[in-house]
Amino acid sequence: MTPLKKQRLILILLMMAGVATAVTFALKAFNENLMYFFSTTEVVAGKAPEQAKFRLGGMVVEGSIERPDNGLMVRFVLTDYSKQVTVEYIGILPDLFREGQGIVANGRLNKQNVFIAEEVLAKHDENYMPPEVAESLKNKEKDLGEPQITGQ
Amino acid sequence: MSIVPAPLLRFYHRMASPPHFYSFADKLLPWFVVIFVLLAVSGLYMGLYLAPTDYQQGDSYRIIYIHVPAAWMSLFVYVVMAISGAIGLIWRMKIADVVAISSAPIGASFTFIALVTGSLWGKPMWGTWWVWDARLTSELILLFLYLGVISLYGAIEDKRTASRAISILALVGVVNIPIIHYSVEWWNTLHQGATVAKMDKPSIHIDMLIPLLLMATAFKFYYGIAMLLVAKVEILKREENSQWVQKLVEETNE
Repeated sequence: MTPLKKQRLILILLMMAGVATAVTFALKAFNENLMYFFSTTEVVAGKAPEQAKFRLGGMVVEGSIERPDNGLMVRFVLTDYSKQVTVEYIGILPDLFREGQGIVANGRLNKQNVFIAEEVLAKHDENYMPPEVAESLKNKEKDLGEPQITGQ
Repeated sequence: MSIVPAPLLRFYHRMASPPHFYSFADKLLPWFVVIFVLLAVSGLYMGLYLAPTDYQQGDSYRIIYIHVPAAWMSLFVYVVMAISGAIGLIWRMKIADVVAISSAPIGASFTFIALVTGSLWGKPMWGTWWVWDARLTSELILLFLYLGVISLYGAIEDKRTASRAISILALVGVVNIPIIHYSVEWWNTLHQGATVAKMDKPSIHIDMLIPLLLMATAFKFYYGIAMLLVAKVEILKREENSQWVQKLVEETNE
């Protein structure tokens, strides 16, 4: 490599290193804002804004879905396997909404610390399998006593 | 005194010459078309017909056979564009400049397809067309980077200066590539984590994975075809006053 070409190569590498450092610092600074949702533990610990709207993510606890007045109002409990938050929502739920499924709700906490959602989004996990396989995994889970399908 | 083996170096020097690259592209193209058609037809047949339905999403998941390869290609093409841009900057290789600018519209199209198919899937599955989470936003920025490269190239009259400008822009934008890939790990996102491209074994059933990989390879060859076709035109435009192009035109007119 001639000295001129080497110089150009070094310049390019320096430029990329500079950009990477700047972006890393910027992302570090905005880390909190880049999080799409708060976990239930964070909300229980009081880290979520009290007055403003925010998004809450977690797994729908098995058997927690109830419709108190048989209307569109639905109440369920979200967990991150450590702390739980109760959510109330009036509206149509997405296809993937079900017990044991990860969801993200947008809304605010009321005085009783119940999360009043204005929007509920289902979070899909990264697992793809035919129904028969999911069924057999579930049976294995019962036998082994540990979850085989891990999702958010 | 070189670390690069001699035949590779010879190949590199021959490829650096526009007429050689032009005829090489002509020889490569029919093969690429045959391979692409075989892969795409078998991949689509296996993916849309033979592959089992998903335990949660039913048949809707089949959009991954377009969405995922397109998203992978959007990153792959960008890296190709940035590397050839760097080669063009350092070694002043004309063909590298041509490959860089020829890749931009194709990469932009792949990014656009990934965003649109993701949005179409997101409405029924997530319950929304679009969210501003880290993965979706960084992929949108990638689209803007591509569009920036295309418009910057168009805005500068002298194509050699234009190539240098877009190479620098492309190299600066490379920082976005790891951000897109790791966004689902670094931050909470609505978009799910990686299924295939991770250290662990893929969390997808093998019958669903094979068509996905077939489609991904098919997309690679499609990119090869599209890029060579665009590059051929770009070479003719840049070399229009050279002897070999004049000769080529005379031969075609006869």
